[in-house]
Amino acid sequence: MHRFTARTPRSGVAVPRRPLLAAMALGGLASPGILRAQTAAIRIGEINSYTAQPAFLGPYRNGWLLAQEQVNANGGIHGRPLETVFRDDAGKPEDAVRMAGELVSSERVALLAGGYLSNVGLALADFALQNKSLYAASEPLTDALVWSKGNRYTFRLRPSTYMQAAMLVEEAAKLPIRRWATIAPNYEYGQSAVRWFRELLSRKRPDVEFVGEQFPALGRIEAGSTVQALERMRPEGIFNVTFSTDLLNFVRQGNTRGLFEGRSVASMLSGEPEYLEPLGEECPDGWIVTGYPRDDLDNPVHVALREAYRARFGDLPRCGSIVGYDTVQAIAAMLRKAGGTETEAMVEAFRGIRYQTGYGTGEVEFRALDHQATLGAFVGRTKLEGRRGKMVNWHYADGARYLPDDEQVKAWRPQG
Amino acid sequence: MRPVLEAAGLTKRWGGIQAVDGVSFALAPGEILALIGPNGAGKSTCFNMLNGQIRPDGGRVLLRGQDVTGLPPRRIWRLGVGRTFQVTATFASMSVLDNVRLVLLSHHRRLFRFWRPASDLFGQEALALLERVGMAGQAGRISGILAYGDLKRLELAMALAHAPSLLLMDEPTAGMAPADRLEMMAQMVGVARRSGIAVLFTEHDMDVVFAHADRLLVLDRGRLIAEGPPEAVRRDPLVRDVYLGQGLG
Amino acid sequence: MEALALQALNGLASASSLFLVSAGLTIIFGVSRIVNFAHGSFYMLGAYLAWTLTSQGPLAEWGGFWGFWGAVLLAALAVGVIGAAAEVLVLRRVYQAPELFQLLATFALVLVVQDLALLLWGAEDKFGPRAPLLRGAVEILGLRFPRYELFMIVVGPVVLGLLWLLLHRTRFGILLRAATQDREMVAALGVDQRRLFTGVFFLGAALAGLAGALQLPREAVTLHMDMAIIVEAFVVVVVGGLGSLPGAFLAALLIGELHAFGILAFPRITLVLVFLVMAAVLVLRPYGLLGRRPSGLQPAAPMAAPLPPPSGRRQRVLVTLPAAVVLLLLPPFLGDYARILLTDFAVFILFAASLHFIMGPGGMASFGHAAYFGAGAYAAALLTRHMGAPMEVGLALAPFAAGLVGLLFGWLCVRFSGVYAAMLTLALAQIAWSIAFQWVEVTGGDNGILGVWPSDWARDRLSFWYLALLLCSLGTWLLRRAIRAPFGLALRAQRDSPLRAEAVGLDGFRLRWLGFALAAAMAGLAGAVFAYGKGSVFPSFLGIPRSVDALVMVLLGGVQTLSGPILGAVAYIGLQDQLARVTDLWRLLLGLVILALVLFFPRGLAGAIARPEPRA
Repeated sequence: MHRFTARTPRSGVAVPRRPLLAAMALGGLASPGILRAQTAAIRIGEINSYTAQPAFLGPYRNGWLLAQEQVNANGGIHGRPLETVFRDDAGKPEDAVRMAGELVSSERVALLAGGYLSNVGLALADFALQNKSLYAASEPLTDALVWSKGNRYTFRLRPSTYMQAAMLVEEAAKLPIRRWATIAPNYEYGQSAVRWFRELLSRKRPDVEFVGEQFPALGRIEAGSTVQALERMRPEGIFNVTFSTDLLNFVRQGNTRGLFEGRSVASMLSGEPEYLEPLGEECPDGWIVTGYPRDDLDNPVHVALREAYRARFGDLPRCGSIVGYDTVQAIAAMLRKAGGTETEAMVEAFRGIRYQTGYGTGEVEFRALDHQATLGAFVGRTKLEGRRGKMVNWHYADGARYLPDDEQVKAWRPQG
Repeated sequence: MRPVLEAAGLTKRWGGIQAVDGVSFALAPGEILALIGPNGAGKSTCFNMLNGQIRPDGGRVLLRGQDVTGLPPRRIWRLGVGRTFQVTATFASMSVLDNVRLVLLSHHRRLFRFWRPASDLFGQEALALLERVGMAGQAGRISGILAYGDLKRLELAMALAHAPSLLLMDEPTAGMAPADRLEMMAQMVGVARRSGIAVLFTEHDMDVVFAHADRLLVLDRGRLIAEGPPEAVRRDPLVRDVYLGQGLG
Repeated sequence: MEALALQALNGLASASSLFLVSAGLTIIFGVSRIVNFAHGSFYMLGAYLAWTLTSQGPLAEWGGFWGFWGAVLLAALAVGVIGAAAEVLVLRRVYQAPELFQLLATFALVLVVQDLALLLWGAEDKFGPRAPLLRGAVEILGLRFPRYELFMIVVGPVVLGLLWLLLHRTRFGILLRAATQDREMVAALGVDQRRLFTGVFFLGAALAGLAGALQLPREAVTLHMDMAIIVEAFVVVVVGGLGSLPGAFLAALLIGELHAFGILAFPRITLVLVFLVMAAVLVLRPYGLLGRRPSGLQPAAPMAAPLPPPSGRRQRVLVTLPAAVVLLLLPPFLGDYARILLTDFAVFILFAASLHFIMGPGGMASFGHAAYFGAGAYAAALLTRHMGAPMEVGLALAPFAAGLVGLLFGWLCVRFSGVYAAMLTLALAQIAWSIAFQWVEVTGGDNGILGVWPSDWARDRLSFWYLALLLCSLGTWLLRRAIRAPFGLALRAQRDSPLRAEAVGLDGFRLRWLGFALAAAMAGLAGAVFAYGKGSVFPSFLGIPRSVDALVMVLLGGVQTLSGPILGAVAYIGLQDQLARVTDLWRLLLGLVILALVLFFPRGLAGAIARPEPRA
């Protein structure tokens, strides 16, 4: 059973049910004059593509709720509980912007969070800049979010495309092979991942050559033909960026046609349970992946989180759950430091804030330099055990180690 | 006097069938000419070559001496040729008045106007035209729900709106009760004669033809087999042969 | 060389599954003239049902050969039953409604099925089992090729053959063919049309379900299957010629091979390739590869409803004036979000009104109207980004840019009629979309163009609302004036009777062309206002979903009314906004609401509240 629709608007999930006209009539009249008591909840506006990407975002929201309940159970932020208003942008950035406006002006949220697709993240970041609202981006991977289009009001949690590619390059460079082919979904994420992988690998290994590339449309891979086309390039290694449905179809056709036999594969995100588990028996052996070895990550912090999650939702966390959990933890840490919900104070507090990640691997810092968190990912190999795949030989790759040096970052983020 | 309309050697083939084969005739100003013939004689094909809907394979169509062969219908209309259809065709969603108004707008080349309401334009003229065909009382009704005879009258008003010098009527009384046909035709022909409009019409009902046509053209299997005033044609043995048993005479 | 041969085989396998889906679609269209949006949903249901049957329950326990193939057939039959039920419960009740209105009903079904599938099967992608006896691969020319793909290659022609037998050797098939050619005649022969239509939906849906079930060993089952397949299936059906089974087969081969070889030659633009080919085919062969020009007399088009009389002084005093007063005086007392929402309403009213202009008075359908919305938005954004133009310039030039795109696309589209024209607009819109998506250097690709904010004086939400209100009312007003002006009269005339229009000197092509461009320009204005309101533009501005939104708004409001687009836009956007705030299942609710509206108000919202027509 999946858990996505098991909405639990118990503690702290505000679900407005006002009819339209009342909302329009009252929206501006209602709140400003009323002084909020010291115990009034701090509201967070969370926007994500819930109906467009339910597989990833259901567990994400669960992780979020779990963290929020824990924060509130421990007395909230200086006595004030956290409360989240969730919105579904259905995968459309323009809708996300509209909802951001709604959350800020009608729902009076203190800050915005969320975003899964890169373009939604960028649109929200631009909204944050224009409206001087704080935006804590959780999922979007695009490098532009903190670098070329980064701004004072936007912070990002997850390791970016660059960082994840760099983690894979480290392993790929150790392989004795020289001929690489790439396959990536045809949009910004896929294109940048391929670009970074090529650039960083070529820097470490000037002898490698890239013999070809495939860019299937996102969610529309013609798996058989694509596998055949890769086969035709006769690569020794394949760098894969496809995920979700595309990954499943790619792997099944690749397995049947023997594409992966005798070849090395480095694959972005494929070690995350949301992508690895649906593969089931098809899970290939020995791929180098970034991901989250949930079942074997046995440090006390993570075990406690895993058990709490299981107890609360009757299911095991996914990578998205940790992202949701961590986002709330980071926001909570920031709010404790900021001492209020005034945006500029929160921004200052966010710069350089540290919090404990649910991975249990220690502290993570939101760098003052570029507002990127140093959260890392696990790098390991895939292995089929029984009827399902898992990550083996993994280690935690600390995000801080996979970021370019500060001078480079400053060059990419001239706006500061 | 120069003829209003001249057909010279009109020819049309459909696949292997010679639908119209070298048909030539002329129509004088103000003349009422009927084009008759048994089913499949080529009346409709011939008719549609005259109004531009079908491009002839050979031959020419002249309007007051000007070659209009192969021109699209709207260009031929611009040259002063009005038209009614066998199956009435009006603008069903529009009022009777607007149907006529549209033709007036087209006639005065005022179609590509985007601002002023059409209802401000040519109302009096349109009503006057409806008056002439006895439809003024129904000006506000939607044309799609008119009785059949009223539709015919509306079509006539629409044709007159263009002040044509020639009116092409394809089976003007088709679909009407026999009793109403003569009356309808009398009205149409009356209007045409008063306005000095030449008329070419095809018709099945021989009573209508003989009552109103100045002259007859008889087609059979694509060829013109007889031509002349009604009495002459009625006596023509070839025509009698073709129409044997069809109530001619 | 060997690799190329294998690539051709890959193309054949894809073609087979495309054909199965398209065959059902083309049969349903041929007989019922319904553009069945829900066909992709049938396909998806087939896949999910087959997955369930092969993974749990008696068939799964049985397993093996019969377990698997029994599940596939049972799933197909079940989907057939679902399709027949949809016909009986919903579509049968709206056959009398204006053209394309059934499309709205099928769109509602799509929404409902999306959420039901999510509820029943969950969000995670499902992997089905491999097919017994067809696991693994065989060696062909030294390369491995999956057995199951070989099987798929055979399935297509076999199904085509079976359908041929059904159509030519059974009474049902003969009636079905007759109905495809001449519906009235079949009715005149005293055939029970209801049973025929239900049967056709059963057959069409079962074929879609079969196609979905057969994907099980090839692809993961996902909640996105419906949308992914439906557009492609439409392309196949239209390229092949509506209603033509051999045509669909040929087109499926063409599209399948295009995919297979496209990724070798142009790995980045395979999706567009399909639409380029469709546009080319339609321009060269307006009725598809094997389609025939509708023969004989044009079927008597249902009479369009007359325009309501122009509002009198009374109505102006009672409706327009108070509305204007409220829209001008209330917003200062509202919150920012209400202003944002109002601005969106204004934008979408103009957008819907512009599509209505084409569909209502123009009598044309467009499935790609977002292209012009997007053209306006991108024109504004590009002017801002590359030339530093202020908002005023962007807003002034956007309608012209969109109008030019409208002139270009319209020149191709307005010479066709009905679904072919609509599909050509869709193809062109997709080409426009792919330009926005792929030309990253200029358009920013899928990350869009950011920082398209209004000039300082209009930056606060209240000023921008007044600006949007002004521009969108002006645009909507201009369109309404044009409908009542001589141009609109002429446009309606060529819609009512092309033959008569030509015979009174009207140039139908020019009228439709200009009307198309005018509508495009107004859509562009709406797009530009939208862009400045959101501060950014994205390829989704001209994507298919946005075109569908416009279509739904117009149909919901009622095509043959003037206030239809206004009511439709407010109802649709308002519902979506409200439902999405209340529940994650907003698609289900929205779908049910639309279904209810379709069933109870077959003339659209505005039709339902309008005065009864004058009777004879």
